[in-house]
Amino acid sequence: MIQRECGVLKTTYEADMALYPLPIARWTMLFLGVIFFGIIPMGLHEYYLSIANLVWIAAVGALGLNILVGYTGQVSIGHGAFMSVGAYTAANLANRLDSPWPVNLIAGGLMAALIGAIVGIPSVRIKGLYLAIATLAGQLIIEWTINHVTFISGGVQASIEVARPRLGPWVLSSQRAMYYFLLVFVVLAIVGTMNLVRSRVGRAFIAIRDQDIAAEIIGINIFRYKLLAFAISSFYAGVTGVLYTYYLGIANYEQFQIGVSIDYLAMIIIGGLGSVLGSIFGAFFVTLLPIVIRYTMEAFGGIFFDPQTVLNLIPNLRLMLFGALIIFFLIVEPDGLNRLWRNIRNYFRIWPFAY
Amino acid sequence: MSDELNFFFLLLSNGLLIGLMYALIALGFVLVYKATDAVNFAQGEFVMIAGLVVAASLSVWGVPLWLSVILGFVSMIGFGFALERVMLRKLIGRPVIAVVMATIGLASILRGIGPATLGAGTKSLPLPIPDEPIVLGPLFIPPIQLVGGALSLLFLAGFGWFFLKSRKGIAMRAVADNQQVAMAMGINVERYFGLAWAMTGLVSALGGVIWGNLLGVDVNLSLVGFKVFPVVILGGLDSIPGAIIGGLIVGVVENVAAGYVDPFVGGGTKDFAPYVLMILALMIRPYGIFGKKIIERV
Repeated sequence: MIQRECGVLKTTYEADMALYPLPIARWTMLFLGVIFFGIIPMGLHEYYLSIANLVWIAAVGALGLNILVGYTGQVSIGHGAFMSVGAYTAANLANRLDSPWPVNLIAGGLMAALIGAIVGIPSVRIKGLYLAIATLAGQLIIEWTINHVTFISGGVQASIEVARPRLGPWVLSSQRAMYYFLLVFVVLAIVGTMNLVRSRVGRAFIAIRDQDIAAEIIGINIFRYKLLAFAISSFYAGVTGVLYTYYLGIANYEQFQIGVSIDYLAMIIIGGLGSVLGSIFGAFFVTLLPIVIRYTMEAFGGIFFDPQTVLNLIPNLRLMLFGALIIFFLIVEPDGLNRLWRNIRNYFRIWPFAY
Repeated sequence: MSDELNFFFLLLSNGLLIGLMYALIALGFVLVYKATDAVNFAQGEFVMIAGLVVAASLSVWGVPLWLSVILGFVSMIGFGFALERVMLRKLIGRPVIAVVMATIGLASILRGIGPATLGAGTKSLPLPIPDEPIVLGPLFIPPIQLVGGALSLLFLAGFGWFFLKSRKGIAMRAVADNQQVAMAMGINVERYFGLAWAMTGLVSALGGVIWGNLLGVDVNLSLVGFKVFPVVILGGLDSIPGAIIGGLIVGVVENVAAGYVDPFVGGGTKDFAPYVLMILALMIRPYGIFGKKIIERV
């Protein structure tokens, strides 16, 4: 029987801090687990799984960016570049040293964390708009460096091929195998983020977001925690870059240009700043939007325009809708899809006996 | 003079002229920030769309040049007013990232809507200005850059006078300084916000005509917007003289850096050098050469 709480009736600290306050929460987790680990990968065609894989990669990156922007309140327009740092670190390690993927993954993440912390150093002195511009500079400088230093980029085309990840005797070459591979990291990222924001470090981040001078006065070391936020967030970004490289089988700087940084910012704004669930919603939304637009235009665009116009219109329509959605959410629902979801949930929590 | 020195002077003069034209685009950014504390990440897209309107009316609809330019100016002013009314007014009092992301979203819309409605191909925007460079001893000066530089100086001086002396300009400075007090003194704050965005539209339209003539008009014209940030950070976000000085510094630095470094690294220094300079400026003097220092209290 699905029961929901009716008032706060907790009498012990254990009950208050419980991970699953109600049986329904446990059932929901089980239900989601069956859907995402069982029904979706078994039931869907490889092509749809390849789209789902893109969503999972985006989800890891969006969670990382949300730690920085949503929880710590520091803006970054450089996450695309941090991803490329992770991607090229992993690709170089894989090709030069023939190292296994877990080593590459962690090395890529750590390298991105280091670079991210360096780009984040100005955050100690400046904030808001200035920080946004400083990270934008970081993005452009990293992009330029990777593109022009042949030791990193591997010469012409600035792209490096990497072999498929191996798990013991298995080579993860099909989309279905990649799906499970990526989903494990999404779960790790979700659990990691949720635990981080409940910890001492997470509370320090939130204090810095709300008022950094006040946070400094109550004894939070601003320098350390701001750089830590940049490092953790960039670690996620680096891991995203490595995952994306393994997904594509190639590391290419064109996959990590400034547009990607903006896509990820759009994800957390549309999904909801400072919310784990929102990051996932945003990753779904922004990744699926261009695909939905393409299908809709291919199906119905022919009614209004000739085929050539439709082909020209699709990328432009994507840009327009994307921009319009960012503005719409900023003006109408600043807390994003997460707030919409909570409103729906709260409505049904006491339905049909609303008073 | 030796060839080395000639080369340097050539880079320097080109840098100064390009710098003045950067100052023109940066002026659009500064005007809005000065009056409304809002940042415009779509400045390059404003320039692009203005150039596109003028070029499209010139080549596609066959309107004479003077009328196309007027059409461009009027439509950009109208666009500025409308934008403030529909979007920016709703974001007053929200965190910086909200305005930053809203203007990034706007940039995305403009990048999509321009090519979709006015055509994606590169259009030329011919102005009645000769192409042959003026040769002054060792220097080659393209006339369009000279005209652009002169027009920039004219606009910068005009807006400088506007803010210092005119009644509306003084009211706008009051709004920028403290919105609540300005309201209490009987200033219609929202109208001045609209005016500031319309002025940005006007400046962007001029930038669109000049830069469109120089580079040709297509979506990539909006990339000049990336030059705005180093210029305004160096000069100070809310300072008109700062826009000039910042523009000149960025123009000279990128030209000299490109002239001496490009042969060794294979291009791209032009886009890279200003940002390195900007990072240094942010470390040493984040509020810029002429910007006001913000003192924050809990």
